[in-house]
Amino acid sequence: MALLSKDGRRAVPLAMVGDQEFVALDDLASAFQLAVREDALGAITVSYKGKTIVLTPDQALASVSGRLISLPAPPSRSGRRWLVPVEFVSRALGLIYDARLDLRKPSRLLVIGDVRVPRLTLRYDTQLNAGRLTIDASPRASSTVTQDGDHLTIKFDADALDVANPPLPPPGPQNLVTAVRVVDATTIAVDLGPRFTGFRSTSQQVETAARLAIDLVAQADATPPPTPPPPPPDIPPAFGQTSSAIHTIAIDPGHGGDDDGVRSAGGLKEKDLTLAVARRAKAAIETRLGLRVLLTRDDDRNVPLDERTSMANNNKADLFISLHANASMRPSTSGLTVFCAAFDKDAAQAASAGGSERLPTFGGGSRDIEMVPWDLAQTRHIDQSETFAQLLEQQFQIRVPLASRPIDRAPLRVLESANMPAVLIELGYLSNADQAKAIAGDGFQNNVAQAIYDAIVRYRDSIGGTR
Amino acid sequence: MSGRLVTIGALAIAAVFVGALMFWQMPRWTSRATPHASAAPSPIAPAPSGRKIKARLFYIADDGVRLTSVERDIAYGEGALEQAREIVAAQIAPVVEPLVSAVPPGTTLRAVFLTKGGEAYVDLSRELTTAHPGGTLNELLTIYTIVNALTVNLPAVTSVQVLVDGKEVDTLAGHIDLRQPLAKNLSWIQ
Repeated sequence: MALLSKDGRRAVPLAMVGDQEFVALDDLASAFQLAVREDALGAITVSYKGKTIVLTPDQALASVSGRLISLPAPPSRSGRRWLVPVEFVSRALGLIYDARLDLRKPSRLLVIGDVRVPRLTLRYDTQLNAGRLTIDASPRASSTVTQDGDHLTIKFDADALDVANPPLPPPGPQNLVTAVRVVDATTIAVDLGPRFTGFRSTSQQVETAARLAIDLVAQADATPPPTPPPPPPDIPPAFGQTSSAIHTIAIDPGHGGDDDGVRSAGGLKEKDLTLAVARRAKAAIETRLGLRVLLTRDDDRNVPLDERTSMANNNKADLFISLHANASMRPSTSGLTVFCAAFDKDAAQAASAGGSERLPTFGGGSRDIEMVPWDLAQTRHIDQSETFAQLLEQQFQIRVPLASRPIDRAPLRVLESANMPAVLIELGYLSNADQAKAIAGDGFQNNVAQAIYDAIVRYRDSIGGTR
Repeated sequence: MSGRLVTIGALAIAAVFVGALMFWQMPRWTSRATPHASAAPSPIAPAPSGRKIKARLFYIADDGVRLTSVERDIAYGEGALEQAREIVAAQIAPVVEPLVSAVPPGTTLRAVFLTKGGEAYVDLSRELTTAHPGGTLNELLTIYTIVNALTVNLPAVTSVQVLVDGKEVDTLAGHIDLRQPLAKNLSWIQ
């Protein structure tokens, strides 16, 4: 975790205990001039300028100047050191410290005091001969854009930047932008491709953020590159599109609790990896698309399969994405697969023969309610599920290794009851040592989150206002 | 004295019974425990002597993502039910490399039931789930090994439901719906 203050930046190591990020108390003591004392009964007292926080081993609670606050997990001992959940900083230390502590957990960033560190969310939309890079800075920070040869330099009026989302995708067939990178603490650079001819930037205020939009123009008659990446979806994203037929996404991190799922030879657990990827995808979708994202579990617990689907159905989710990691008896097997549900003919006929029933409604009157068996709800959405699976495949294939059959069908229990387009993504094979290592890495997980994000954008645009 | 003789006699009878039981069962146990000891070059243990039929059994293909079929002689069973039992027993029996079974080691057959409608219910021991390595692909291959072994070899069987330890289960490892019989699916075969 990086600590950012007027004095500069310093790093404090984090440790994973189960699914929870912890920080060592003695590291915090050094950074914040705290006194830490453990008494004979095991209670840990953290003092700062006469104020105290009392922690009790095995209890996910802390007493902060006599006031009880909850923590996501009890303190954990590691050798001679005590570790506390990283939320201790914002929930407990923040109450007694004499400067503001702004913990930004997804970015693993702690902003101390009055330091201007806007959080940046970036999005790149393409059209045939143009592209738009949108950067939202929250809290608001002004910026200037200049062209320096083959790149644009975006300088923010801030002390540091918190770049929230995963790296932007490759530019696609346009050759307008080749990369967007962080240059230094307050500067971002946009590397321009050979077809770039000009740009125009505009700024506006959007709620609590300052939005910088850079429109990039490509040569209209340029010859397309000889080996273009996979074709874009039928309907590319449009500029300025604000209406959305998609409002809620349900992401289902597979397994959890006493169900580890697959375990790699090195000890990686499927349940941890699926949750990590789900959190990254959620962050990207919520911050950049403004959609509501439900996680069927946001911690290490076992959720029954029906409950996962119920959560999506009851919240009227528009897409259901279940995340898993695969295993094979052959250690060399590798690659990502997207599954759709499969039903036999009898089931499909049973679903279509469900019929309707006239039921009374509140306020009098009645209406026909279509009856679909719970276990066959997905049969009505199979075509859309396959469309979404294809969009996912297009996005995955430019970022991560795919299996020999990247889209497959199977009678998957968690998808059958989903009353919306639904897919199950097998991220790769934990039985393959190299792939297991890759899946656990930031790069792979960011790529998967980015691919899911892009597929959702394209799916949303492809269905337009039909939903 | 006569009581002691009766006791010794009972022990002797019991010893003979246990010995006979071991004599009957030993070859099967031995072939399961030490498949490498087979003198035959085939990676599958030879079928017991007696009348045989040819059956296609399924194992994980070299690519790891599909099943491959192997023809072998298995014991003849009188009637569809007995034949189904022989096929499943042969299918879940341990194999040696290069064959790799999708059925977890230690899994044993408890019972097979057939309905007039052509549905087979295959009751396997709990090792099918407790020893399962997990993962959607492994689960698919395990299930369709059993389903296809019966539906491919026995025309009278149109679908198969797998039971574990005598009970219906939702899934083996959290993925494939096992709450109803599954039809033959050749897309998982190379």
